[in-house]
This record gives sequence, C-alpha cells and structure tokens, in this order.
Amino acid sequence: MSEMMADNENGRIGGELLSVDNITLRFGGVKALTDISFNINKGEIRSIIGPNGAGKSSMLNVINGFYKPQEGTIRFKGKNVNMKPDLAAKSGIARTFQNIALFKGMSTLDNIMTGRMLKMKAGFLSQAIYWGRAQKEELENRAFVEEIIDFLEIQSIRKTPVGRLPYGLQKRVELARALAMEPELLLLDEPMAGMNLEEKEDMSRYIIDVNEYFGTTIALIEHDMGVVMDLSDRVVVLDYGCKLADGSPDEVSSNQAVIDAYLGVAH
Amino acid sequence: MIYREAGEFKTSYAADQGLLTIPMDRWFVIGLVLFAFIGMPLVGDEYWLGSIMIPVLILAIAAMGLNILTGYAGQLSLGTGAFMAAGAYMAYKVATNLSFLPVPVAILAGGGFSAMIGVLFGIPSLRIKGFYLAVATLAAQFFLLWLFTHVDWFVNYNLSGVPAIADYHLFVDWGPLVTGAQASVEARYLFVLVFAVFLALAARNMARCKIGRSWMAIRDMDIAAEIIGIRPLHTKLSAFAISSFYCGVAGALWAFCFINNVEPGAYEIERSFQILFMIIIGGLGSILGSFLGAAFIFLLPITLSQLPGWLGLDVPADVITHLEFMVMGVLIIFFLIVEPHGLARLWQIAKEKLRRWPFPY
Repeated sequence: MSEMMADNENGRIGGELLSVDNITLRFGGVKALTDISFNINKGEIRSIIGPNGAGKSSMLNVINGFYKPQEGTIRFKGKNVNMKPDLAAKSGIARTFQNIALFKGMSTLDNIMTGRMLKMKAGFLSQAIYWGRAQKEELENRAFVEEIIDFLEIQSIRKTPVGRLPYGLQKRVELARALAMEPELLLLDEPMAGMNLEEKEDMSRYIIDVNEYFGTTIALIEHDMGVVMDLSDRVVVLDYGCKLADGSPDEVSSNQAVIDAYLGVAH
Repeated sequence: MIYREAGEFKTSYAADQGLLTIPMDRWFVIGLVLFAFIGMPLVGDEYWLGSIMIPVLILAIAAMGLNILTGYAGQLSLGTGAFMAAGAYMAYKVATNLSFLPVPVAILAGGGFSAMIGVLFGIPSLRIKGFYLAVATLAAQFFLLWLFTHVDWFVNYNLSGVPAIADYHLFVDWGPLVTGAQASVEARYLFVLVFAVFLALAARNMARCKIGRSWMAIRDMDIAAEIIGIRPLHTKLSAFAISSFYCGVAGALWAFCFINNVEPGAYEIERSFQILFMIIIGGLGSILGSFLGAAFIFLLPITLSQLPGWLGLDVPADVITHLEFMVMGVLIIFFLIVEPHGLARLWQIAKEKLRRWPFPY
C-alpha cells in the first residue's frame, strides 16, 4: 500500500480512467459475470486474476464491446459507453488475445501497420495512385511503427509472415500491433501463457517499459502469480463470475477467500 | 546469383516501401510493359493480338477484380459474370444514349454501375461467410442476367436482344477508332492494354496501402480486425465495390473491344467459374497471379487443341475436345495439390532459386 502511495505522489498513477459498475453478463441461463464493480486508474497496471472459468476474459470482452452486459455500465474517461469493438478502438482501448489473433498471411510489419489504421485518413483514390496524402501517411506511420519495432526488439522479423514465427515472437508482434494504436488503456489477455521463464521475463520487462515510457494504463489477465504480484499495482480477483477481492497484491494474496478459491477448502 | 537483391541498401522508408524495390525486378517490369506497348503491336498478327492478347488482358482485369474480393478480402464470389454483364450493359447504355461522352468514360461508367450493384449484393456478406456467401452471390449471377435479358430497356429495345457495338473513336469524333468491327486490332489491343496496366497499378497500390491491409485483416482474422478499429461492413463493401468495378470494366471491354456486341451468353455462370479458376491457379491475393492465371486458363485449351496438329498426329476433332476437358481437369487438380498458392508462388520460388544459383542453398 505504501508503495502505491509513493507512486501516487510522483505522479505515475492519476485519476480514474475506467470504471466498471455492477456488470452482470448472462449467456442464456449461465451467469458469466455477477454484479462486478471495479475501477482502473490512469497509469496503473491492474491485474484481473481467478481460476479457470472465473470470467476474466468475459470481463475484457465486455470492456471492449464484444459482449453486451445485461446490467451495469462501463465508463471510460468519464463517459458512459456501451460500444462496439471498433468504437472502443477509436476511443483508445487496445487489446491482445489469449489465443494469438494475428493476421497470419501478412508480414510482421503489415500487422503492426494495421494498428495504425485509425491514424490514417487518406481517401481511396489517393491510395490507388499512391500519391499525396496516402503516400505521406504511409511513410509517417512507417516511421512510427519502426520505433515500436525497435522498442520490442523485433527488427529481424520485420518482413517475415507472422504465420512462420515461433509462439513467443507472435505474442510480441501482437503486443506491438496493440501499441501501434497508441492506446490509453491496453488490455492484455494472458500475454505470457505458454512461455518459458526467459520469455516471461522478457515480456514482463516490456510490459513495465510500456507502462513507464508511454504511460499506458494496463489491464492484465495472467495465471502466473509471481508475475502478477510483481507487476501489478492493484489486483481484482474473480471466481465463478463474482468478485472475491480487490486491492494491492499483498492484500489479495493474504485474503482467505482468495486462498480458498485457488487452493480449495477442506470440507 | 543470377537474380540479386544483396547489396541493395535503402536509406529511406520511401525507398523501402516502393513497388519494385529490387532494380532487376524494376527493369524487368519496365521492359515487359514497353514490349507490351511497342513490341507486341509490331510483331503480333491479327490472330495473336485480336484473339489471344485482348481476351487474356480483359480476363486478367476481371481476375484482378475477383482477386481483390476473394484473394485479398476473403469473400468468396460466384457472381463475377453478372458483374461483368452489369458493366457491359451500362457501358452500352451510356455510349448510345449519352453519345457526347467519349467511349472510355462510358466504359468507366459501366464499371461504376457494376460497383453499385456489387455493393448491393455484398450486403449479406456481413452475416454470411464462405460457401454460403458464394451461394448468395450466385443469386446475383442468375438474377442480374435474367434482368438484362428480360428488360428490353437495357438493349435499347433491340429486337435480337444482342445489340452490336458501334464504331467509336477514342474521344467522341477525334482519335483512332477503338471499338467495333472497323477498329484496327492494334488500336483495340492498345486501348485494352492501357486499362489493364492502369488497373493493375491501382490494384497493387491499394494492396500495399491502408485499404489493402484492412481487406487482408478482415480475411485473416475478422475479430482482431474489429478491435483495431476496422469496420467490417465498410471494409467488405469497399472490397465488393472495387472488385465489381474491375469486373464491370472487364465486361464492358469484352463487349466493346473483343466480341463487338453485348452478348449475354458471354457472362454466364461458366464465366464466373472460369475467372474463379484463374485466380486459384494464378494465386490468391496476387496481382501478378491474376495475369498468369488468366493466360494459363485461356491459353491451355487452345494449346491442347493445337498440340496434335503440331505433333503431326491425326486426331479427330471430337476426341480433341474431350481430351481437352480431361487434361484441363487433371492439370487443375495437379496444381491444387502441388502448389496451392498458384503460379505466382511458383514464380517466387523460381526467383529464390535464381538468387542462390548455382548453390543449392
């Protein structure tokens, strides 16, 4: 807690960026999320954890508009939103997926360039003749994308079709594509799933760097407790679609309900 | 060692983003285009220009159109023939009723009309995908052709239903004749070539810009495309519109510069399949592949029918026709198994090999 206060004082963490209020999501008779409320502050790394099937990914899907909750509201930057995914992107929410969702037929560079889609406004005639605005935008955005490529150290695979890349690199390209959108809120759905220790360390370093250099707010779903406890400013714990606990890593890890959910209870 | 890209250092993103970044490629393409414009009309005779080059180029334009829709945007379509017909009929209407407009404008107007029809029939693509979408576009194929053959307005109440194309000058009454029976074969060939070259260039440019990337994103992973901010409906409809524009221009050129009349039989379902085969054989998602596929599918039957004659064999004509079908089918299956990415991929492999030659790797 004291660490968080220190962060608050030197200005890393600001006011509320996103707030989730009393969200309930049902699929037919199944309740995926029940009355969930929490908030994400500007500049923090916020983790969402919980056992399998707890509703973590559903929560992210609600935030960026894939699922429409039956009850509750989501406010982003103080505005009430109930949006479609493409509008969420426009308002500054980017995301990566648990199962990599890259464009397999395109090169790494093109994949990251698609992340710049919303920054490009040239009309289609300009694109057809590759002259004027379209050309200017292509080059400007290429320069920006190259900065991200440098940042994530993927220079050597720039022109490789992503389908041919190993798993760890694909995850990194997906992060690069999300970063290319210059998001205010970055949703990472299990960015380290299936990685070995070294790859996890790399990815953790990138997440911290993104947060520090770009000031991007990050919402993170992760199963590796070591990573979660080290990276997060605050953690929210879900189980069977209900919120179990919410607080700093220390508070959460000593919470009896959380320990019971993860380790089971003797009956 | 023959084909070299080593030693080419780019110092700006502009150079790296170019169309043909390797000098050898650049010279080869420039040479090819120059030959097409200057050499071909000089060496080619009536048969080569009029019966081979013109239809191949026109079909290549249609194949580019389908490739934009199917190869780049991933939306399967069997309505190519109908979109070509829409272009042909509208170009005919514009050329006859608005005769103050030059004939290139009429042909582009045909393309524009076809684009509108394409958008209309592309709307279901938001909900249905893959084979089911193909069936929906099949509806376009049958409905549109029925419409054009049953509503006499489209053929200016021509009694035969197959109106002939008049002889048009390039610009109303100035310039060489470019369409109709009186036009020289060289003029018609060059007219078609100009369309083919500019449309190919535009397609390449679109493919490497924002619009092309959004098509490919929708093709590869539509959910991920949405979270990046790509609007699925907008993107799919733009692919339908531009694809149908290409097909419409091709259809109009087919009527104006090749068969000299608006013949509905030229735009039947067989045409749709023919063009689909062209892009499958040529290479999905490749502009070069559209040209290679068009040449391959169009020339193969001609070659097969001539082959016994060249070899001095005396084979009856009907046997040749049957053999043609069989060999064609076998070749298509062979290609799909051996090289599913088409002729364009073979070309790429050949370049890789030449790059390393004479070393194995």
